[in-house]
Order: sequence, then C-alpha cells, then structure tokens
Amino acid sequence: MNTTVFTNARLIDPEAQSDEIGSLLVRDGSILDRGAADETPPEGASVIDCQGRALAPGLVDWGVKIGEPGERHKESFRSAGLAACAGGVTTVIARPDTLPPIDTPESLEFVTRRALDAPVNIRHMAALTKAREGREMVEIGFLNDLGAVAFTDGVRVITDTKVLSRCMTYARGLNALIVGHPQDAGLSRGAAATSGKFSSLYGIPAVSPMAEVMGLDRDLALVAMTRCRWHADQITTAAALPALIRAREAGLDVTAGISIHHLTLNEFDVGDYRTFFRFTPPLRTEEDRQAMVQAVADGVIDVLASFHTPQDEESKRLPFEEAAPGAVGLQTLLPASLRLYHQGGLSLPQLWRALSLNPARRLGLEAGRLSRGAPADLVLFDPDTPFVLDRFKLLSKSKNTPFDGARMQGRVLGTWVGGARVYGDPA
Amino acid sequence: MTFRARHLLGIDHLAPSDITALLNLAEEYVALNRRTVKHSDALAGMTQINMFFENSTRTQASFELAGKRLGADVMNMAVAQSSVKKGETLIDTALTLNAMQPDLLVVRHQNSGAVNLLAEKVNCAVINAGDGRHEHPTQALLDALTIRRAKGRLQRLTIAICGDISHSRVARSNLILLGKMENRIRLIGPATLMPSGVSEMGVELYEDMAEGLKGADVVMMLRLQKERMDGGFIPSEREYYHRWGLDADKLALAADDAIVMHPGPMNRGVEIDGTIADDINRSVIQDQVEMGVAVRMAALDLLARNLRAERGRAAAGVMA
Repeated sequence: MNTTVFTNARLIDPEAQSDEIGSLLVRDGSILDRGAADETPPEGASVIDCQGRALAPGLVDWGVKIGEPGERHKESFRSAGLAACAGGVTTVIARPDTLPPIDTPESLEFVTRRALDAPVNIRHMAALTKAREGREMVEIGFLNDLGAVAFTDGVRVITDTKVLSRCMTYARGLNALIVGHPQDAGLSRGAAATSGKFSSLYGIPAVSPMAEVMGLDRDLALVAMTRCRWHADQITTAAALPALIRAREAGLDVTAGISIHHLTLNEFDVGDYRTFFRFTPPLRTEEDRQAMVQAVADGVIDVLASFHTPQDEESKRLPFEEAAPGAVGLQTLLPASLRLYHQGGLSLPQLWRALSLNPARRLGLEAGRLSRGAPADLVLFDPDTPFVLDRFKLLSKSKNTPFDGARMQGRVLGTWVGGARVYGDPA
Repeated sequence: MTFRARHLLGIDHLAPSDITALLNLAEEYVALNRRTVKHSDALAGMTQINMFFENSTRTQASFELAGKRLGADVMNMAVAQSSVKKGETLIDTALTLNAMQPDLLVVRHQNSGAVNLLAEKVNCAVINAGDGRHEHPTQALLDALTIRRAKGRLQRLTIAICGDISHSRVARSNLILLGKMENRIRLIGPATLMPSGVSEMGVELYEDMAEGLKGADVVMMLRLQKERMDGGFIPSEREYYHRWGLDADKLALAADDAIVMHPGPMNRGVEIDGTIADDINRSVIQDQVEMGVAVRMAALDLLARNLRAERGRAAAGVMA
C-alpha cells in the first residue's frame, strides 16, 4: 500500500467551507482520512510537511480549449497538461470547438486516446450539433456512453430554437448536461466590446449587455419547456442575474459559470487596443465585475474557470476587432483567483467551491473535494508569494495572456493527481 | 350486431361491443379467405372507390382485394397524381366523386381530419384508410384481431408500442382501441418522438426500452417516419437502432411468449432486426397482413349493411 501524509497543512475544504490547519492521509491514490496537524504518521508512510501552506483540492477547469485536432501548433494535450500541472489544475474539461469539432463517437475516441499524453485527468465535452452548425443534433446517446461529460456548441449560439429544443428534449432522456452560451446571436454579431462610453471613445464595435439577458431568457424558457439539465457557460452581466435566480427558484436544474478574466478585469483594461484583452463575451464594466464577484460569493454563479483559449501570435497581432478572442489561463487561474481573496471579495473555501467542488459535482465527477474516498487530486500553494508574470515562462504552447507583466500573489508549489506528484520539487 | 355507424372514421366512436362484433365477422372472412373460392356477394351491385391522396401500395391493395372478394365494383383513384395537382380542392374532388354515386369510399389523406371533412360532403359510407397523424382504424382493428388470435384474448394484456409515436396514426388508433379493451399500454420511444400530453391518456411512458419491454405480452414496433420529420428528431439511425431498435437482447426482456408486430413497411436495421421480423415463432407480421384483408372485408360489409338499412328506411319514409 502506498501511503502519504500531508502534515501541517492549511486545509481548504470547499464542502465543509472550512480553512484550518490539519493533516491529510492519502492511500493508493485516494483520500483516506483527515487528522490533527501534528498527527503521528502511520508506519511506512511518506511524509510531506506543508509548513502551514494551503492544501486544497486540485482545480477542475471547465471548458479548456485544446488544439487537438486541428490546431496542435497552438496547444497539444501534452502542453496543456503540463500547464495544468503548473497551475494546480488536476482535471481539465476539454471543449469540443476543435477543427473538426468533437461531434462523433469516433472523434471523441480520438481525443480520449490523445489525452493520455497529459499528466492530469482530462474529460471531454462533445458538440451538441453536427459540425457545430446548429442544424442536426449529434449522437448524444453514443457520446454519453463514451463518457462525454456535457454537450455544447461553445460560443456558436444555436439560433434555430426548434433544433435546440429537440436537442434539449433528447438530452433530458439521457440525463445529459447541455452547456449554453447565453448571447443573442443577432445583437452580438461582430461585437468586440461592451457598448458604452469606452467602446464609443475607442470606436470598437460593441454589444449591449442586454444581449446576454436576451440569450439567457430564451434558453431558460426552453429549459422550462423541456426540463433538461442546463448550464450557462458564462454569465458576465449584473442584468442577467435575476433571470438566473428566478429559474432556480422555479425548480429548473440550472447552473452558471464565469471566466476568471471577467472576474478580475474590466473593459478599461483593453487600454490601447491590447488584443490579449479581447474575449467572448467582451470584458464588462467595473460595476458588472463587482456584481459578478458578489454572485460567486453568494453561490449564484457556481463555476469559476479559465476558459483557456490558446491563440498563436498571428491570431492576436491584428486590429482589435479582427483579433481572435480568448486567452490562455490554465497556469494563471489560481494566482488570478487569489486576487479576489487578497482583495477580500472571497474566502479560499468560497473560491474553491467555484474552482473545484461545483464543476466536479455538476459534471458528476468524484474530484474537487477533500472528503474520504475522493481521489487525491491536490494542489499545495502559498497564497502570499508575490511574483511578476512572464508570459514566455508559461508552459502552454501559446502565450496569449492578459496578465503578462502583472504583479500576482500566490504560487503553486506542488500538484498531485491520484496521489502521484505531477508538479513541484519532491524534496 | 351492434355496429350501427355510417362511416368508419376512427376508433374513438366505436364501443367495445362494436369492436368485438367487427372482429367476430372478420373471423368468418378469415375462414373464407383460406378457401379456394374466396367469394361472397355481400357487396354485390355496390361501388367502392379507393381514393388515395397519399401513396400506399399495401393498404390500397388490401382494400381492393377486400372489396372484390365481397363482389363490389372497385375503382382505384390515385388522386395524388391527378386532379389535386391541377389545383382542385378537396371539397371539389368530393363533390365530383359524389356525382358518380359510389356506395363506399375508402380514403387516405396526408392531413389529419381531411377524411372527416370529406365524409361530411358525400352521401356514401366513408372508411378512413389513414389521415395524417390522426387515425388508421382498420390497422388498429387488424392488429386487434391478430393479437386476439395469437393470445386467445384481447383484454388484460401488457402491450408495448415502440418507436415513432408522435408521427404514427397507427399508434394513436391502437392506443385508443387497446385501451377501450382494458389492456395495459406502454409507449416507448425517444422524448422527441413522443406526442405532448400523451401521459394523460392512461398510458405508461418509457424512454428506456429495456424498462418498457419488461414482461410485455405484445411488442408492437412502429416505422420511423422519416418523411414526416422536419429536421432532426433523432441524431442518427444507428443510435436509434442501438437504443430503440428491437433485437434479440431487448426482446428477451419481454414475456417468453411475447409476439412481435409491425404495421409495415419495415426499416430493417433501424427499428427492427431482420431476423426478429422473420422469426416465425415470435413475429406475427405476416398474420397482420392476412388479417388486414379480413378486417377490411368485415368493415366494408358492416358499413354496406348499415347503408342499405338507411336507404331502406329512407325509401319507406318516402312511400309512407
């Protein structure tokens, strides 16, 4: 039996919402027990003295774009896996918006096989419609049987509500989760910023935050009609929150997420047309950002993720509105999230509820908790270590991060997947 | 004999005693059809027009044979290829037809309710040979006769109707008929192919075929009606077959002596495995075709009797 004891650790437990010094006993890849900080380790166990640093469940990162197939020069399973290890992400949820998309059992089998290259857990979402064209549903049953954790066309909104309602009805029979991107497709067409003073001054094509409200209202009406399990990939505006709350109160099985970029940056960060700050949906106002931080603290927004989107230099060295949206985030998710902790907006257990527990729960995974029997997917980090981020030191193949040169606080010291150390110095 | 209806437009208007009377008469015609000389004079001198606005070789042939064996003058009108294409309305067609003085009119139409509309405009007896997604009463009656012969009764059976319920007039007529006869009915299929509100019709709904088939006495498969589907109700035929196609493994969950039915034409490898369809120990699909002629003879005969009686009463009234 392979036994490890993490002693003198600041245990961050998102389930119990506790943050206290203790020890954690791991045997054969699973969490066996918790104990006092100075508990005597069982005979033969290897001991890791955490020296009072934080030990938390590894992050479960919802909606990571990996460039395989089709854009391997931007990111491979191997490079994404290494970045994940360095970022304390132990489970990567891969998105299906690849070239071609993951829309058949055969393509899902391909990426499942390729994902073995990565040293972390990788689970896959599948597309909801064939070729993500919004016309015909994929083989939801076969894909579900093969382990697809959710179904989504990503940021391509299905505009044909009949098609979407049939997808939802069919998915309900399989208890499959559908992930929507709540945006009105017409209103947000061509937009690269949120409408307002900033976008007007800079002359960037913009969309009203109301596009998100309209998209969400439509999708929730279809959820009420079909009673499927549904998740909004990103809710980023305060105006959309009441509809979300109402839907939950009405008993709909609905959850929502947000990207770390929308929680830590606002529209002014775009500055002089810096394309690393181009996102879908676009960055919002400071008022919206603050409302969303509060929504995460209140549990209205369930999931916080990187929405890792690797883009090569050519895709970003373009005029702002033509540049490809998105940023890498596997390695910056944890330190960026700690900004919210240091600012006093969220406690560590609150953060970890959104970073590990909720995404795992929603996808039916055992990971994301410190409970007995859970897989020993762990991250050890010092929340206080300061550093300046150098994008060229990121392990992703693509280096498009809005945090380049930013002062950050909090560093990953070690990452374990199934009890095996995959990052950090073993000494 | 209780059957007093002027038309046979659906199952809904029939009492259980009507159904039993019709099936009992059909039994006599089964015997007749198995003789070398398959002839009766029940419809002698009468004119039967088969009017098919929607193509159906099998049903039309069955009605044609039924009429001819009863001695009627039978005429087939393939309306799909003729006057309707020239812009004539359904009512105009009915009036034209009526002027030809038919006695029995067999109608199939692609729109639900079209046969009822026609029946209001003509002076003869009308049989619905299938209207849109609405009803197909002779199919339900021939299914009932097949079940009664195979099982020895038409009550207290667990009957699973599987597949494309939403587009199926066969399913609709069957669940009405079999429900009237006090059977337990289960509808099995993807939620996208299940009509809304059907749960209020006294049936049990299953999306999981294995659950739905458990212990069933009768397994009635339906054709996936691709021609009626605007857009995708199912992801693919291969996934449909995997989840809702009847194969030996799924059939093993039904009762040991369960029979397998299909109204035809079959999509082998889509809703049913070919070997199951051909298994003479389980499949009664060919029996359904045979019962079809007998049931249609019985229906034509009963309607003709009622028509004669009605005309007789009218003539007596005139004389009085």
